[in-house]
Amino acid sequence: MKLPDLTELAVRNLRESLLRNSLTTVGISVGVASLVAMLSLGIGLQQLASRRLMKSGLFDTVVVTSRRDLHGFNREQERSGPAPGESRILDESTRLEITQIPNVTEAYPDIRFITELRYEDKPHLTTIAALPDSAKSTDAFDTVQGNFFSSDTAPEAILQKTFAEELLGRTPKPGLDETNVAELAAPLLGKELTMRYAQREAQSPSAIAKSASPNTVSPAKDDLSSAAYSVISREQKLKIVGIVDLDPESMRGPTRGRAFLPLGLAETLHVMQPTDLREISRAASSQPVYSSVSVHVKSPGQVQNVEDAIKKMGFNTFSILDASRSIQQFFKVLDVFLGIFGSLALAVAFIGIVNTLVMAILERRREIGIMKAIGASDSDVQRLFFAEAGAMGILGGVVGVALGWAIGQAINFGTNVYLKRQSFPPEHFWSVPWWLVLFAVLFSFLVSLAAGLYPARRAARLDPVQALRYE
Amino acid sequence: MKSIEGPIRNASVTESPANATPAIQVNQLCRHYRMGDTLIRAVDGVTLSVKAGEFVALLGTSGSGKSSVLNLIAGLDRPTSGSVIVQQRNLSELSRQDLARYRLHTVGMVFQSFNLIASMTLAENVELPMRFAEIDRGKRDDLVRGALTRVGLQARMNHRPSELSGGEQQRAALARALINRPQLLLADEPTGNLDSRTGTEIMNMIGEFNRQLGMTVVMVTHERALAERYAQRLIFLADGKLVRDESISAAIASNAIDRARTEEERR
Repeated sequence: MKLPDLTELAVRNLRESLLRNSLTTVGISVGVASLVAMLSLGIGLQQLASRRLMKSGLFDTVVVTSRRDLHGFNREQERSGPAPGESRILDESTRLEITQIPNVTEAYPDIRFITELRYEDKPHLTTIAALPDSAKSTDAFDTVQGNFFSSDTAPEAILQKTFAEELLGRTPKPGLDETNVAELAAPLLGKELTMRYAQREAQSPSAIAKSASPNTVSPAKDDLSSAAYSVISREQKLKIVGIVDLDPESMRGPTRGRAFLPLGLAETLHVMQPTDLREISRAASSQPVYSSVSVHVKSPGQVQNVEDAIKKMGFNTFSILDASRSIQQFFKVLDVFLGIFGSLALAVAFIGIVNTLVMAILERRREIGIMKAIGASDSDVQRLFFAEAGAMGILGGVVGVALGWAIGQAINFGTNVYLKRQSFPPEHFWSVPWWLVLFAVLFSFLVSLAAGLYPARRAARLDPVQALRYE
Repeated sequence: MKSIEGPIRNASVTESPANATPAIQVNQLCRHYRMGDTLIRAVDGVTLSVKAGEFVALLGTSGSGKSSVLNLIAGLDRPTSGSVIVQQRNLSELSRQDLARYRLHTVGMVFQSFNLIASMTLAENVELPMRFAEIDRGKRDDLVRGALTRVGLQARMNHRPSELSGGEQQRAALARALINRPQLLLADEPTGNLDSRTGTEIMNMIGEFNRQLGMTVVMVTHERALAERYAQRLIFLADGKLVRDESISAAIASNAIDRARTEEERR
């Protein structure tokens, strides 16, 4: 029998027992809806997590360190390659070289130092980190009270919440509710801080010669061997422009600090860095040496290539791409579990289809006998029952997807109403991608065909003589 | 009754009753069933042959095995032993698929209880064998209309069987049986559920199909008078065995002798 005839007969047969077939189809729809609802929740949560993680700037960042640092992130990297002393130095020229690597959007030095900040004449010792302009678009500064830096060289500061509390003498007691950032911002925004820091200043050759002791070994002939610098105490006035609620101990690269300066400003200050002691001859030059450089890559997918390219240049690299992979794996497992729970309802629907079709065989036993007597083959009868099961599957699948989508929208709406009441921004927890729609309908179709397998075979093997005797 | 025309007239079966080639050859046919510990011999060593274009009636009392023989010839059932050879094909050796194809193209069947599908209209019932035969949809409407017109049901095409009389249902069943132009028409008690006037009407149609189209007809009946009126040969079965196989003239003569003997005995 040709497909159009098969479909036509299947549909008209389904219409004959409308109530029973409709109820079976509703059963399939509920099963598919539950599957779609569960999977779209899993996908939605995964996308939400991915969005958040992407916005955090963690997954598209590679931290580059010199192999001259004896305690790199990766000991395996330390063991391979040249000895630390012979390794390349991480300086401005190298930073520029890294920016030329394809898919690198930005490479900036990590400037971080511990120094004294004075507020209302009271000294506070703290860690200061320099932020590039691009940090503005990461989610870390989404909830900043006040503003981000007005420019990359502006004498401005953003304070971490706990440091702001310290400045105001409001250290919260354990167990009490945390202080609202907005409350801290009001008295601090626009106020002035004084930063005292150690500035590195290159010395002239005559000054070096004068200060050399008689026992000093004669310098080698290269220009850098006799270099020197002075460490001078300086002060810089900073205006507080923002307060941000960040965890200073987190792995957020440049945001590991309790007070932040614009990167451009931090670079011009020539603040003494820990590497300056080891790279004394270079630190005195106009080209500073960096302890690490953060490299932003266009997308997490490119991180591996960029890491490889930087390693080839002779540096150690670190990214948390592996952590990202673990998260992806977690969501895959979560999806499987949600899919299994969602499929339980479909399993019930499966039994419903088998029941409906077996009942149909009993009811239509004589009809099957007649069809066989007038020339229907076993495969005609089998395909007819398959077509009926498949038609219920497709219809149930389509209705189920719509139902699942509607449930998702309703829960999304309800959750966002709740989030709004709790003063959180709205989120999209639910996602029904087009492939899930196709998958759900196809899955429903295949499950229905599988359910029709036994009844269809049974109908096909029916003895026509016995079937014709059936009243 | 309308004259027979259209596709049926062009049917490939045009052999006359005189043609010696048997359309159906049944050899030592047995069909045994087991019912618990009892072996039922529904058909027990029947041998017969039917020539192409012949009209044969299978007669016998209830349980004599006549319907079982018909089902075996129709390819609805398989023999326990023996063979049914139709147009040089041994039905016992055909696969299920080939047997279905044989029922679709070679055999047309009518039943006592009409066996129309209740949920379909007459047109849909008549169209059904053409769906299985994969005949183009474009041609089917005309063929259905022609077949139903031939049996005088053109005005009832869109009625369901439950809306028709028994005679009309059997006429529709005849139209369905002939729609794929079969060579054999097998009728199982075609008038069993009809009054005598409607029964005669149906038998006239079957007789006309036999005469005009040269179709081979095997009819199961327990009505001897009906068989004598329409069939060319009567085959009597009892307890699954063939007890008598005689031409209509011999049957009528023996019937007359039987009746005379009965009359004499009564006197």
